[in-house]
Amino acid sequence: MKRILDLKINGAACEDAVADNMLLIDYLRDQKGLTGTKQGCDGGECGACTVLVDGKPRLACVTLAHDCAGAEIETIEGQSRNGRLSALQRAFHENLGAQCGFCTPGMIMAAEALLRRNPDPDDDAIKRALGGNLCRCTGYIKIIRSVRAAAAMLARDAA
Amino acid sequence: MNAPDAKTAPKAARRHAAGHPTPLLDGVEKVTGKAIYTADMNDADALVGRILRSPVSHGRILRIDTAAAEALPGVIAIVTGADCDKTYGVIPIAMNEYPMARDTVRYRGEPVAAVAAIDADTAARALELIALEIEELPAVHTTRDARQPGAPQLHDNKPGNIEREVHHEFGDVSAGFQAASLVREASFHCAEVNHAQMEPHAALAEYDAERDRLTLHSVTQVPFYVHLTLARCLDMDTSRIRVVKPFVGGGFGARTETLNFEIIAALLARKARGKVMMRLSREESIITHRGRPATDIDLKIGLDDTGRITAVECSVTQAGGAYAGYGLVTILYAGALLHGIYDIGAVRYDGWRVYTNTPPCGAMRGHGTVDVRHAFECLLDRMAREMGLDPFELRQRNLLQAPTRTLNELMVNSYGLGECLARVKKASGWDARKGKLPPGRGLGLACSHYVSGAAKPVHWTGEPHAVVSMKLDFDGAVTVLTGASDIGQGSTTIVALAAAEVLNIDLARIRVVTNDSVITPKDNGSYSSRVTFMVGNAAIQAAEELKRKLLSAAAEKLDADPEDIEPGEYFHVRGARQSALPFREVALAALAREGTITVKGSFTCPPESQGGKHRGGAVGSTMGFSYAAQVVEVSVDPDTGQITVEKVWAALDCGYAINPLAVEGQIEGSVWMGMGQALSEETRYQDGLPAHAGLLDYKVPTMVESPDIEVHIVESIDPLGPFGAKEAGEGALSGFPPALANAVQDATGLDMDVLPLSPDRVLDALRKARRKPARKEAS
Repeated sequence: MKRILDLKINGAACEDAVADNMLLIDYLRDQKGLTGTKQGCDGGECGACTVLVDGKPRLACVTLAHDCAGAEIETIEGQSRNGRLSALQRAFHENLGAQCGFCTPGMIMAAEALLRRNPDPDDDAIKRALGGNLCRCTGYIKIIRSVRAAAAMLARDAA
Repeated sequence: MNAPDAKTAPKAARRHAAGHPTPLLDGVEKVTGKAIYTADMNDADALVGRILRSPVSHGRILRIDTAAAEALPGVIAIVTGADCDKTYGVIPIAMNEYPMARDTVRYRGEPVAAVAAIDADTAARALELIALEIEELPAVHTTRDARQPGAPQLHDNKPGNIEREVHHEFGDVSAGFQAASLVREASFHCAEVNHAQMEPHAALAEYDAERDRLTLHSVTQVPFYVHLTLARCLDMDTSRIRVVKPFVGGGFGARTETLNFEIIAALLARKARGKVMMRLSREESIITHRGRPATDIDLKIGLDDTGRITAVECSVTQAGGAYAGYGLVTILYAGALLHGIYDIGAVRYDGWRVYTNTPPCGAMRGHGTVDVRHAFECLLDRMAREMGLDPFELRQRNLLQAPTRTLNELMVNSYGLGECLARVKKASGWDARKGKLPPGRGLGLACSHYVSGAAKPVHWTGEPHAVVSMKLDFDGAVTVLTGASDIGQGSTTIVALAAAEVLNIDLARIRVVTNDSVITPKDNGSYSSRVTFMVGNAAIQAAEELKRKLLSAAAEKLDADPEDIEPGEYFHVRGARQSALPFREVALAALAREGTITVKGSFTCPPESQGGKHRGGAVGSTMGFSYAAQVVEVSVDPDTGQITVEKVWAALDCGYAINPLAVEGQIEGSVWMGMGQALSEETRYQDGLPAHAGLLDYKVPTMVESPDIEVHIVESIDPLGPFGAKEAGEGALSGFPPALANAVQDATGLDMDVLPLSPDRVLDALRKARRKPARKEAS
């Protein structure tokens, strides 16, 4: 059965008729055309679909869309402001934190949640926060470096 | 921001564009979510495709009744094995697979039928309504069972289930062993592994019934092979087919041959006279497989009293799965790359590729070489120990001298292994630390190598190995057209850097258009680490041709000799900058002569690179080998058997690093992928049922257990490579598992013969050793 779902996606208010059993990932990808959020597994195993729900990282592939009623959803598409890459996006690009790029949106969203909570994470903190996000290309070295570079960029901007 | 670390900085001269760490040209799309992968394509008007798969490992199909499914409202098309009687397979002489089984199924999960329906729920219901009746046959899931006398046979023309047998002997092996003062043997078993690329498989097929044309977007590494296979299996003229590769989320070999779902999506689209989106689940993606086969290795090495390798005898058995795929190439690679890394007196190789009732294996990063290299480097280390030689010293005594040809006629023009060894020895503090670490902690070394492209492609057409086109038009932009498949490794950026280097222009002036068969030149694809070497050289040649035209036009305008003119964003006569012409002005002058300029460059591997004349001699042949050495430091928990990788020092000779940032990324990624195979990754089958077909059970390392990897780039400048470059993406992988095993030996005294070294296996071995403390070493 479909019900009206009210929420905000990347700052914009949305009101849609959404099936009760629709997953957040399908709502974002199929109904809203936000295909930056990726499906890499059959449910909750890889982290590629990580989005922020009220600022907290959530796996969109094991979250019902209706569970997010009234919430603020943030996806990778909302990270750039006025055509400028976010600090994490810039850092991932410049430091080769993305190779094939498939895990990248989820990785950046999980890292975004981390940096808001802890603006100066060490390697262990990064590993704990991103431990549920799998990458098959990088060996994670340049992902960790990218997160640290973004933190340094944000610290410089704040200074 | 992108200055490489001082310790990792390559030594070769920096150039204008090449040699600088460069973020990927398509990186912005990836970090913003704008990169469109196959599954992201607009499928608003597409049907949903789903595949019905065999529930048994081996069986005869008695009946497939689709009537009830066809009657379900919303079902538009159903296809079965009856819809395609053409076999396919990547090796022209070994095509023995149907897109959907006909008569016989040979592994659990093999496609038998497929539906296209208006939505996913209808497609799922339709699959349930297909009545499938199968007479189950006895099955074999391991090479041991498959090779038993009287074992059930998978293919009528392959008695004993032997897909391919290889027997090669180079040099006098028995004399070699006679000259040896130490001869040791050991047996190893390496589990089957899967690529587990992050993007699950997907294909979007659109059939234009009005004009009888087919367009396929797919996750492939080899759009050209897919194109040929679609033409064959759909019996369509190649000119009516278009294959496009959008962004691809990793490959590692999973997609280096045409895969069943690509053909099935096309068959469905044609039957439905419309568009079909086929998205495979992770489970289906793993079952589609084509990974590295479970491998048994019996290895014997002879060393003389100076530590020189006098002879090697190696036999390899691979469980290839149910169909041929790349199998015969894999079993040939396993033997061919015993050569090319050390100076060995004589080599005997016996290989058996065996059919089993499991998903078909294929090519995976380090194709064919990884498990054999593991065995070799482990046994070599044990023998060094027995001789009282340092592992570095033993390897240094067996280095090749380039240029040379190996016993099996492989060409070696550049060879940086000695420097790789020196770099990781120093960086790891080997001399000061080896043997002095606390109990449970250890250091291990191993070396490895890999080809820079197969010098003889599987589809031999006589054409050049690579072609690149470039277009220059009124806008002053240089457009590079290439069929090179960027799957994340950065080939698009390499091609652009090559053009920018030759033309001495800004990277921003260059746009690269890739992988659309109606636009870009054919390319064999991204496999065997061929792209940088072959496509890079073709791009250089095309850019040289464009430069010649530009210099000629500039010479006329500047009233100077073309040879005296420096090209670039401003063309000028050397030593006379005041009369500089902007690039676009020169471009317009050149266009005035002939209109839009299109040039092309090509690259052909010369005959001397294409291997020996013996049967199978083309496999392993290449323009050049990358070389790697790595030291791994581990700690082993004596109570749980858990291995922690503390640190890795890896050096790779990639000839020349055209993009050092990407080279670092490739080395880190390949070392890490070797770590996954060494520590935790294995597919498992329960009576042929894939038991690890998800990312929880198939244990890819997470960030938490991934170590720091210190990368050292060694540049030997290959005389034939583009700016001296060779491959960088595979060579370091196969060194990790043996370096780890050697480190575990150093930490625990255990010689482990099985991969992966999962905690249960290590704990079993530790307990056994405790029960028998006087265990004889290297028996």
